[in-house]
Amino acid sequence: MTLVATAEDMQRIASPLARAATAIRRNPTIFIGSVLLAALVALTLAAPWVAGDPFRQAPVNRLRPPSEPFWFGTDQFGRDVFSRTVYGARVSLIVGFAVAALSSLIGLAVGLVCGYFKRIDAVIMRAMDGIMAIPSILLAIALITLTRPGLGIVIAAIVIPEVPRVVRVVRSVVLSIRAQPYVESAIAGGTRNAKLLVRHILPNTLAPLIVQATYVCASAMLIEAGLSFLGAGVPPEIPSWGNIIAQGRTFFQIAPWSIFIPGAFLAVTVLAVNMLGDGLRDRLDPRLARRL
Amino acid sequence: MTAYILRRLLATIPVMVVVAVFVFFLLRLAPGDPAAIIAGEDATAEQIAAVRGKLGLDRPILEQFVVWVAGMLQGDFGTSIFSNLPVGRLILQRLEPTVSLTLSTLLVAVCFAIPLGVLAAWKARRLVDRLVMGFAVMGFAMPVFLVGYVLIYVFAVRLGWLPVQGYRPLAEGLWPWAECLILPSLALGITYMALIARITRASMLEVLAQDYIRTADSKGLATRRVLLLHALKNASVPIVTVIGIGIALLISGVVITETVFNIPGLGRLTVDAVLKRDYPIVQGLIIVFAAAKVLVNLVIDISYVFLDPRIRY
Repeated sequence: MTLVATAEDMQRIASPLARAATAIRRNPTIFIGSVLLAALVALTLAAPWVAGDPFRQAPVNRLRPPSEPFWFGTDQFGRDVFSRTVYGARVSLIVGFAVAALSSLIGLAVGLVCGYFKRIDAVIMRAMDGIMAIPSILLAIALITLTRPGLGIVIAAIVIPEVPRVVRVVRSVVLSIRAQPYVESAIAGGTRNAKLLVRHILPNTLAPLIVQATYVCASAMLIEAGLSFLGAGVPPEIPSWGNIIAQGRTFFQIAPWSIFIPGAFLAVTVLAVNMLGDGLRDRLDPRLARRL
Repeated sequence: MTAYILRRLLATIPVMVVVAVFVFFLLRLAPGDPAAIIAGEDATAEQIAAVRGKLGLDRPILEQFVVWVAGMLQGDFGTSIFSNLPVGRLILQRLEPTVSLTLSTLLVAVCFAIPLGVLAAWKARRLVDRLVMGFAVMGFAMPVFLVGYVLIYVFAVRLGWLPVQGYRPLAEGLWPWAECLILPSLALGITYMALIARITRASMLEVLAQDYIRTADSKGLATRRVLLLHALKNASVPIVTVIGIGIALLISGVVITETVFNIPGLGRLTVDAVLKRDYPIVQGLIIVFAAAKVLVNLVIDISYVFLDPRIRY
């Protein structure tokens, strides 16, 4: 083995484009997932310029099949399904990212404490088991029943059932890291609990946490759409994918596009997030990747 | 063995207690006056007071909890606010469609997913494997209602092979009953199939790499025999585990599937109750669904002993 770098190696290191190409070849799922997501975010941000008014009703144009100028057709009020779908992406993205961020933060804090302090662990994990026993969509529905509908409530109602899943992941990492000799030696050296948790244990939980967060994001988008579809999600006047589908139900047999198009958008978005998650898992957490 | 089953049974009690406490205090700790929220936005003071009296919200909170739990243990789940019928009876009336749908989905999913997973593992890294894994990745992303409506559109509206929506009780005959369940089971089962197929493949791959499989192969046993008898049986523990985990997915999906296909089951009951803010029904349903899930997990845990004699308790 030689330590002298060949010219080819130097070139590969030098060119960022070539490096990116290698990264894409090694992990195509991360690439495809992020490109799809970025495209969706861009579309959402550009909504005011690319899409028309999602609320404008035009009875003359009721139930038009997809054609010029309504690419995705119109619904029973003559509203443009394309505009509504583009604006609906906002709700899904906001809910997905907000739920992923919030449940990761809460789950991380609870998981760290549970994995590290045995006495608190027993109590909190029983509570988590209880929450996990309730199907998440039902729990969210019950929470929403008790409050006035709104985007914030929907996010909170999805975060609560997702937290235990994050806690389980973080806790299991903490338990295994805690038994490592370097942690024991830090304890023996008199490191304070807080510092030990933040400096020695927390960094190890980040990779599985990020992977878990992408799955939470995907599941939150599906739950939000499901809740809106059932009439228990964001208020019906907000065009979210679930709401568009729910409103398309009555005329489904004549105008299936107002269900298929937002549905396909949702499926592709969730697929993109999942692909990103699978790719990150393979890259960040090889142990887990081998198991699946 | 008996001791183990008893121990697992006892372990379900704290979980159910947590569920009960959670569901109970959810209503009481919700912001604002629960009676006012349940009575609706334009309720009069008397209507609110009536709701409060009906739910027993005017009594001390601990007393309410004890009365509620004691009632449930005797099979009394409270009374619906709107129909004034006992919640227990309402649930029993709607049980058949939901149980039928869940069992048929389970059957469809397992019958499709396990062969697919075995096939993918056997032909690992070949085209069949890629197709199955591609299906699995797609399956995770498919919303139940999208699959449901696509199936209805293709097989009921366009081809006219199966009924569009609705449910026929088993008492009306086997075929009318089954006919109504085919599309909903497929729609609800897609994600579940993806999950089972993926685990089956992973678990089979692990087992197929073992020495005794090579031995079985090299002594000339038929491939089918090696795959199904030697490999699948030993790969079954993770598969059964994931079938159990997936029950949660199924229960959540039931609520949406029943709405798409207009099936008058527990899912419809839940949605109707939510829209009318009939909280006693929602409460009762959560307890029933959670209990079902806990019970399934218990059965799964016990089944390990039979699937893998090495597991002893």
